[in-house]
Amino acid sequence: MFRFLRQQPRRSDSAKAAKERLQILLAHDRSDRARDDLLPLLQRDILEVVKRHMRVDSDAVEIKLQRGDDMSSLEINIEVPDAQSRQAG
Amino acid sequence: MAKTIVVTSGKGGVGKTTSTAAIGAGLAKRGHKTVVIDFDVGLRNLDLIMGCERRVVFDLINVIQGDAKLKQALVKDRRLDTLSVLPTSQTRDKDALTPEGVEKVLGELKEEFDYIICDSPAGIERGAHLAMYYADEAIVVTNPEVSSVRDSDRVLGLLNSKTWRAEKGDGDPVKAHLLLTRYDTDRVAKGEMMPIDDVLEILAIPLLGIIPESTTVLRASNVGMPVVMDEKSNAGRAYEDAVSRLIGEQIEMRIPPEERPSLLRRFLGRGA
Ligand SMILES: Nc1ncnc2c1ncn2[C@@H]1O[C@H](COP(=O)(O)OP(=O)(O)OP(=O)(O)O)[C@@H](O)[C@H]1O
Ligand SMILES: [Mg+2]
Repeated sequence: MFRFLRQQPRRSDSAKAAKERLQILLAHDRSDRARDDLLPLLQRDILEVVKRHMRVDSDAVEIKLQRGDDMSSLEINIEVPDAQSRQAG
Repeated sequence: MAKTIVVTSGKGGVGKTTSTAAIGAGLAKRGHKTVVIDFDVGLRNLDLIMGCERRVVFDLINVIQGDAKLKQALVKDRRLDTLSVLPTSQTRDKDALTPEGVEKVLGELKEEFDYIICDSPAGIERGAHLAMYYADEAIVVTNPEVSSVRDSDRVLGLLNSKTWRAEKGDGDPVKAHLLLTRYDTDRVAKGEMMPIDDVLEILAIPLLGIIPESTTVLRASNVGMPVVMDEKSNAGRAYEDAVSRLIGEQIEMRIPPEERPSLLRRFLGRGA
């Protein structure tokens, strides 16, 4: 008799919402972390290649990774010395 | 071979210090020479939970700064002669903890102890980083609650990238175990709290144990006694099971029932 009472709890099931939200959130967290780990390495390697061919500052390479739902993009900006300063120098 | 184990979580107040004391005492009870170290510089609670706060003379920071010998700072437990506590200081100088200092202290401890259990502070800053840095294994303390699970995931990422084993070791990574604490069976049944399987599915690391939400934890902390020393405590029994698994025993996962009888049962006179 009492078991019946005990087995009829009002199932709020907010716990289910917790799980679903966590799964989405952690997917984002993890890809952000992967990106944070990747970018410095990418930056270092690109700089190394560029330096083989021209003189650039060590902070000349700037990269941005943007992830979207449909499309992601990797933006690489390399600042090179302009022609004038090269002639002067 | 001595093992260094960090008890960590990211999120604060989930039960790291309680777990460090319980697991440390559980290992010592089985005859393993064990030391528990407080890495929570500035707060210093482990000695209190272990019940040895009045016998603290020197601390981890004194040893690191060369003001005391390690032997002078170690406090031997009065109940278990295989158990020692290395307390921390209440200094507000966060830089007092240095990687070289920690490495040296752990190196010395390894010569004397079988298990070195490091109680990490909350967060992911210096103290937490150094507590995990030299670990062989990690106990990730998690409550079945969104922010705690998220922080545990973050900490798992750090264990895999920002530790000695990840950076310099050429062998295995830090072995991580999940310790689910403050688990409330009734609330899980009502759908208010995430069940074990859901947390396990999300974090995907082996489960070391499930510690129920229990009134005996507060009681044990009131008197400065690791909860495994309270034979009547269901949380204590759950910690004993976790210790068995930590040393490699295969035992069935169970959630010891709360000893406090439900109101209904008390009415029926079936209460224990
Ligand atoms: N299984 C449990 N049942 C009931 N209360 C618990 C349980 N585990 C821990 N607590 C309580 O939760 C509080 C926080 O525990 P504890 O100090 O061990 O957490 P912590 O992770 O070390 O915190 P901090 O991040 O501040 O160092 C304490 O009051 C403790 O008594
Ligand atoms: Mg603590």
